[in-house]
Amino acid sequence: MTTRSTAGPSYRDTRIRPVPWRRLAWVSWRQYRLSAAGLVAFLGVLALYLLIMGLRVRGAYDAAAACSPAAGGPHCQDAFNLFDTRYAATAEVSAFVLNAVPMLAGVFAGAPVLARELEAGTFRFAWTQGAGRTRWALARLALPAVTVTAAAAAFSQLFGWFYYPLFATRDSAFAPQYFQLTGIAFAAWTLAAFAIGALAGVLIRRVVPAMAAAMAAWAGLLLAAVLYLRRHYETPLIAHNSGRGAPGIAPWVISQWWTGPNGKTVTSENEMIAILNHLRRGYAEWTVYQPAARYWHFQLIEAGWLLALALLLIAATIWLVRRRAG
Amino acid sequence: MNVIETKGLSKRYRSTWALRDFTMAIPAGHVAALVGPNGAGKTTLLNLVVGLAAPSVGTVTVLGGEPAGSPAALDDIAFVAQDAPLYKNLPVADMLRLTSYLNRRFDDGYARERLSELGIPLKRKAGKLSGGQQAQLALTLALARRPRLLVLDEPLANLDPLARHDFMATVLAAAAETGEGEVGGMSVVLSSHVLAELERVADYLILVSGGQVQVVGEVDGLLARHRVLTGPAGAADRIARRLPVVYVRRAGAQAHLLVRTSGPDEPVPPGWEAHPVSLEELVLSYLREPGAAALPGPARTQKAEPMEVTR
Repeated sequence: MTTRSTAGPSYRDTRIRPVPWRRLAWVSWRQYRLSAAGLVAFLGVLALYLLIMGLRVRGAYDAAAACSPAAGGPHCQDAFNLFDTRYAATAEVSAFVLNAVPMLAGVFAGAPVLARELEAGTFRFAWTQGAGRTRWALARLALPAVTVTAAAAAFSQLFGWFYYPLFATRDSAFAPQYFQLTGIAFAAWTLAAFAIGALAGVLIRRVVPAMAAAMAAWAGLLLAAVLYLRRHYETPLIAHNSGRGAPGIAPWVISQWWTGPNGKTVTSENEMIAILNHLRRGYAEWTVYQPAARYWHFQLIEAGWLLALALLLIAATIWLVRRRAG
Repeated sequence: MNVIETKGLSKRYRSTWALRDFTMAIPAGHVAALVGPNGAGKTTLLNLVVGLAAPSVGTVTVLGGEPAGSPAALDDIAFVAQDAPLYKNLPVADMLRLTSYLNRRFDDGYARERLSELGIPLKRKAGKLSGGQQAQLALTLALARRPRLLVLDEPLANLDPLARHDFMATVLAAAAETGEGEVGGMSVVLSSHVLAELERVADYLILVSGGQVQVVGEVDGLLARHRVLTGPAGAADRIARRLPVVYVRRAGAQAHLLVRTSGPDEPVPPGWEAHPVSLEELVLSYLREPGAAALPGPARTQKAEPMEVTR
């Protein structure tokens, strides 16, 4: 440090080697490990539950399936029904809990990561160190983002394994309440939730309001996707029972209606009951659906736009950190 | 080399200007005190210097022309913000490691030695230390980075008198260690409203009021160019018309006038006595008279009196 002042700014800038990522990763880990421990504890309990229940579910399913391999018959149908009634509630509860995992990642990992620094004033310390605030923020965001996304990916595999027998008996993996828990969508939802939380943190600058905002924004996005967006990823197909055959195995049925002999949609309740009791000639059932074969295509579309959204939100977060005035 | 140089620096927060057309320079090798009333713009100025904030208008450069907040500037400037923010849930040892990992240079041996001298246990969490110890820890982390410029924002505000004394002793020892006055040594800029402590430590003064610079210069030069005249209160106004008076304080039949002077040999008006001025008195007089300025070069507001030139 003796002769440095003789050099001009441009010379010095090129000479300065950035602080290594490995060291920044340690800093990130040291500050993240407490909340990471909380998440690991929660996910560990959940994983253990899914594992134990999964073994029982699959055991029961195998027993039912072994009943009468070829013919089936009423006796075996009863075995499947028993299996279904016994484990349906379990499956629904675990799906509900699992649906909250991305939200937890957003609320407990995403929102505090920058909001806590801004709220406590420690950003004045962190942003004036030699590493610079951009690299610091990248390291602080990247480590939790990667770990929660990886954990979510593992969880959706576990859930798929646990849930497989129930898909086989009652629900399609394409059913809107399970679609985002399986495949690659779950990891993408988790990453998006984390990015929403991080952006809320840097915008709101306070931990608890940022958590609340992240929760609300994530829930709104999930509802919009399930109720409005997802069905439009591809143009749905239309089938009617008198013509082009059934929609195939385990489709995602978007809407169904009946038409009368005059070609008009049946709306009166009495007519509906009459149809259900004994199918009358000239009536046709129409189904708008997405075939089960489109499952992976839909997974890719959903994961794709969520990944793009997450990257956009993280870029916005970094941009805000760079221009945020102390 | 100037450790800080601002040109027409202005900073606006929403509709209010925290700094307005702020132009000044602090040469290297000083312990410079930034003084002014609350809300004068001291913290804003320091945030701009360390790159936490960006100017609305104008420029601020550090360490001989580096843009504030650039990698080179961040590398060589250590900043201790107001209330010494630390990660309160981290043990002291982890604060050391974290700071060393966030910087290219970190003198771990120095930091550990300082902390053991101060009796700060490495295993204790930063949040469990006393206020004085937290300030000392923040200062130690800053000094261990071996900065060329140490910037302290209100470091003494929440400290008791003993802690203040110890804190400033650490700052002065570190400044002396690195070879005060040399290029490459450590310069210090601190903001404070604790005037009594500054008298002992500061050799350069920047007085800020209303977002503008009011007085800037070396303390010795400023003191030599001002003196207090004491005489009959009735004659004060007559003297004030003839001499460049900064501030008039009346105490009964007597008046004390802070007057700019060309030196100790300047004649004293008959019936008046001249005394040297203390730094505290000088600062207080200017604070009470925000219209008065003592700047190198042309100053801001409409001024009837001639400007003080300090270099």
